[in-house]
Amino acid sequence: MIAITQRHVHDAAVPPLAGDPPAADPPSPPPSKDDFQEELVIRPLHSGDIYASFQFRTVWDADFMGDQKVSHYRLFPKSLGQVITKFSVRELHISFTQGYWRTMQWGQPYLPSPPGAELWVWFQDTVTDVDGTWKELTNVLSGIFCASLNFIDSTNTVQPSASFKPLGIGNVTDHSFLRYATLPREIVCTENLTPWKKLLPCGSKAGLSVLLKSEKLFHSTFHSQAVHVRPVCQDPQCRTTSMELRQTLNVVFDLHTSGQGKREWSLFKMFSRTLTEACPLASSSKVYVDVTDNPQGEQFELSPATPLLTQAVVLGDRRTYSVYDLTQQASFGSSRSLNMLLRWKNSHNNVVPPVMLRPLLHSERYVAGYGLQAGEIHTLIYNHHPYRAFPVLLLSAVPWYLRLYIHTLTVSSKGKDNRPSYIHYQPSKDRERPHLLEMLLQLPPNSVTEVTVEFERALLKWTEYTPDPNHGFYVGSSVISALVPSVVAMDTNSTLDRPLFSSFFPCKEEASYFMRVYTEPLLVNLPTPDFSMPYNVICLTCTVVAVGYGSLYNLLTRTFQVDEPSPGLAKRIANVIRRFRGVPLL
Amino acid sequence: MVGVPLWWRTTETYRAWLPVNQINELAELQVCLCYRSMAHWTRYVHPVLGYQAGCHLRILNEILARDHSGDDTLSVLHVEADLSLHTLSASPCGSVVVYVIPETSVLLPQGVDVYIGHRRTAVLRMGAPMSVGKNHKQLLAHLEPRITQVVQVMSFSHTDITAALSDRVRLSPGSKESLADSMRSFKSSPGYEITFSLLNPDPKSHRLDWDIEGAVHSYIQPLLTKLAPLANFSIDSQILYYAMLGVNPRFDSSLEAYTLNADSLAHVINPVEARLGSNAASSNPVLNFLLYVPDAHHSPLYIHDHQKQPVASNAFHSPRWGGIMVYNVNDLYGRGETPLPVNININMEKVMGVFLAQLRLMLGVQSSPAPPGFLVEPCGGAGLADWELDRLMWSRTVENVATATTTITSLAQLLDQIGNIVINDNIASQVSSTVTSLQLAVAELEAGNLGFALQYSKEAILASERAFFDPSLLHLLYFPDDQKFAIYIPLFLPMCVPILLSLIKIASEARQRRKLKQSKKD
Repeated sequence: MIAITQRHVHDAAVPPLAGDPPAADPPSPPPSKDDFQEELVIRPLHSGDIYASFQFRTVWDADFMGDQKVSHYRLFPKSLGQVITKFSVRELHISFTQGYWRTMQWGQPYLPSPPGAELWVWFQDTVTDVDGTWKELTNVLSGIFCASLNFIDSTNTVQPSASFKPLGIGNVTDHSFLRYATLPREIVCTENLTPWKKLLPCGSKAGLSVLLKSEKLFHSTFHSQAVHVRPVCQDPQCRTTSMELRQTLNVVFDLHTSGQGKREWSLFKMFSRTLTEACPLASSSKVYVDVTDNPQGEQFELSPATPLLTQAVVLGDRRTYSVYDLTQQASFGSSRSLNMLLRWKNSHNNVVPPVMLRPLLHSERYVAGYGLQAGEIHTLIYNHHPYRAFPVLLLSAVPWYLRLYIHTLTVSSKGKDNRPSYIHYQPSKDRERPHLLEMLLQLPPNSVTEVTVEFERALLKWTEYTPDPNHGFYVGSSVISALVPSVVAMDTNSTLDRPLFSSFFPCKEEASYFMRVYTEPLLVNLPTPDFSMPYNVICLTCTVVAVGYGSLYNLLTRTFQVDEPSPGLAKRIANVIRRFRGVPLL
Repeated sequence: MVGVPLWWRTTETYRAWLPVNQINELAELQVCLCYRSMAHWTRYVHPVLGYQAGCHLRILNEILARDHSGDDTLSVLHVEADLSLHTLSASPCGSVVVYVIPETSVLLPQGVDVYIGHRRTAVLRMGAPMSVGKNHKQLLAHLEPRITQVVQVMSFSHTDITAALSDRVRLSPGSKESLADSMRSFKSSPGYEITFSLLNPDPKSHRLDWDIEGAVHSYIQPLLTKLAPLANFSIDSQILYYAMLGVNPRFDSSLEAYTLNADSLAHVINPVEARLGSNAASSNPVLNFLLYVPDAHHSPLYIHDHQKQPVASNAFHSPRWGGIMVYNVNDLYGRGETPLPVNININMEKVMGVFLAQLRLMLGVQSSPAPPGFLVEPCGGAGLADWELDRLMWSRTVENVATATTTITSLAQLLDQIGNIVINDNIASQVSSTVTSLQLAVAELEAGNLGFALQYSKEAILASERAFFDPSLLHLLYFPDDQKFAIYIPLFLPMCVPILLSLIKIASEARQRRKLKQSKKD
């Protein structure tokens, strides 16, 4: 079927029309600039586990919002660009997570994400039918990422009024262009990783992405991959905008399952690969190792040692990092490959590691109550700051089959009633939309705030049950967004060259930083019917119809004759006895 | 009594009325294709027939009058004539205007009988010298086969139409080559996505730069603007890094080059295609054009044909998929002292010439070799002459009509065969709009109004696809019979038992009575 192209088009066709040389055309604008950066941060955790966070960032000075159609792609992936153009997406954030981030053991992640899949999108204000576009977009994304995003429909989509502000530039306040949905049941695996890697310009062929091998990545306690698309400023004056695509992948390797119980981590042990080169397309390619707890090397030994140290303000704390710049040949040493090794000095004598600074904000959630009719959702929000109170926004989207009794909503902290200063509640509609509860709470210093609300479980139709209904039904994580008081001054200049992991959430003021915390998803049992019911119904109807119809039919077809009344019971018994005795009957 | 109609009413599936008869008529559709051709005569040929051709004649004469004795200027004459004749009478789409000039005219160069220009005009030289006395009819009879030949080149011939219908009509076993020709071009579709991909297998050794926006603007866009009535086109481009070919080219020491054989070309595409990515945002067919720039260690790379000869264009195409071109840049590398990666600017003129030729093939613009004695003006900056567009429109219209007809007849057949499919009102309206557009398209085709015919045929195809792929058709399709049994058996089985028993009883009673009667008779 392959044929060889034998000739060019007639030579006359190659130069444009004689009277219309290309010089006469409007000069095409110079190809828009694009830039690619890659970065890996390794943070040893106090539990002995290790946290690795990849970030790949493509910035393209193309105007996606304008009328001009963007169609010539270089570093930016075409498949995603076409989706953004077609559906007039302003911002897109999608994450797939397997496992739950344990804040109390591990501290804060660089990029939080809830278990399962999460998708939130800001559409441009030119979109007229937001719900229809959202439906199409989820279907297309489901195809791109090989995920079940097509199960996002109106029953699990909400429009948060305050919790999800655009992370890029643009001061949009009309939340009718925002859609947010989670699929807590989504399982993340290799088939989601492969399309995610395909979006990278170097694929998995060169640079940091060679480490992303699924056999190791999914043999971990926590795995989260995400794609964030948003418009950002090109320069400090913000005259022109660029489109930024951030692909992040966070993974936590367990001390016991991946590390065989030894506190000794190397790139090869974590990923079964080592680094040999940077992605040739990347303008910067760096590996950071968090050495804040190890200033003089008393905790662990890092080899090969690097003279390069940098400090970054991240999550309200100043941290120190050892930096390996992969664009420099010197980083690879004589072996031409980089295999960082972190070896703890006293791994055998079981010395208790220094106590981790407790995260300032964390939360828990659970379902209380018994039986299959009613229940209660408890959300506990902890403020560990010793003397500062700060406000948080709590968002919970609850499916319609848990009917919340909003009058039972109580918020208390330190045993006292804590009135939310803002409540946005949207009641559910059966089979149409979920409950949406958003409130602004003030957390007193060093306190636990408890939010409880009662609910009733609804009965579903028999086709609405999932294939395994006795497993229970998932309720997505609640989202807590907060401006947490910072210990050190935050960096507010967003255009300054900073490590990628510290520059995701824009920072508006020096005294506080933005943080998002996801609670555990809930697993709720609903009353489950007996699914063999149709067969029982058949049997029952058979019997009832047979008895009812049979007797009616008998009644109609029988001929009635006058019969002599039968003798009474006493008389009959008497006759039996008489027969025995041989006495004549009565 | 009450129950039966109630049961009937509640269990019936809703089926809207469909114009089945009209659909069946369409199945046996015979389209008669008509073209409007107009022959103008110059007075030199026949004074009687020189009606209303006065001004045309004047133009031809004027051009001739400007004729200087030189031979080189003569060769340009016919081009000029074509232009001025066009400005004189803008002929509608689908028509062909044939100008007949006398044998002795110097308008056409020696040895050329027919000249076909950029527009819808042809200049035909009178064949054998005609005596003036002959009448009108004989003249026409003399010219007819030659005009038919011109029209076959300029609008459609039997082979074009059979090629357009090849998916639906079983072809008589023709030559393998003609079959391959007919399968090369894309099927008719309301839109196409054209994707140019630059494959850079090793970004470490060279950094490629191509001015795709400018190239598309100056080479591809004119053609697509011309083709706009046919379909919507959207163009995009991407650069793929670390994209490898599926086969390892062999090193040919005699040529000091790597070679790819024609046999192994089929394996080149698959691994590349996995990287191309489909357009998630539309469902139109995608035409892929790939430019592969081999890295320094594997270049130059030449494609060899079946005769082991290097292919001049260094490109190949895959039918209904797209084309691949190999672009060697080894001479742009310095003598080893330039630091890698080397910046390379791609000569888009060279590339686009090949891609434009491939695009024309994929879209079905056939440049079949002209019969002897024909001079066909090479296509200009637009890459497509008006009559070529007409040719394409003829075959696309016929193909659309055929596709829509088969879709709608098979839908009608399906609905006829499976009784419990629900037919909604909107499906019924889609079907009837298909039928009306089809009828209109056929009528316009017969009247020779090509533009309208194409428009209606496109509407027909859209409506028929929408009706055929409507999701509501699936609702009750898989409603199996055993479930019906499960519903009705509990009702009917217990009812049947007493009825059957009493029937047996009645029968036995009747038999007894007969016996009794017989014994009485005895």
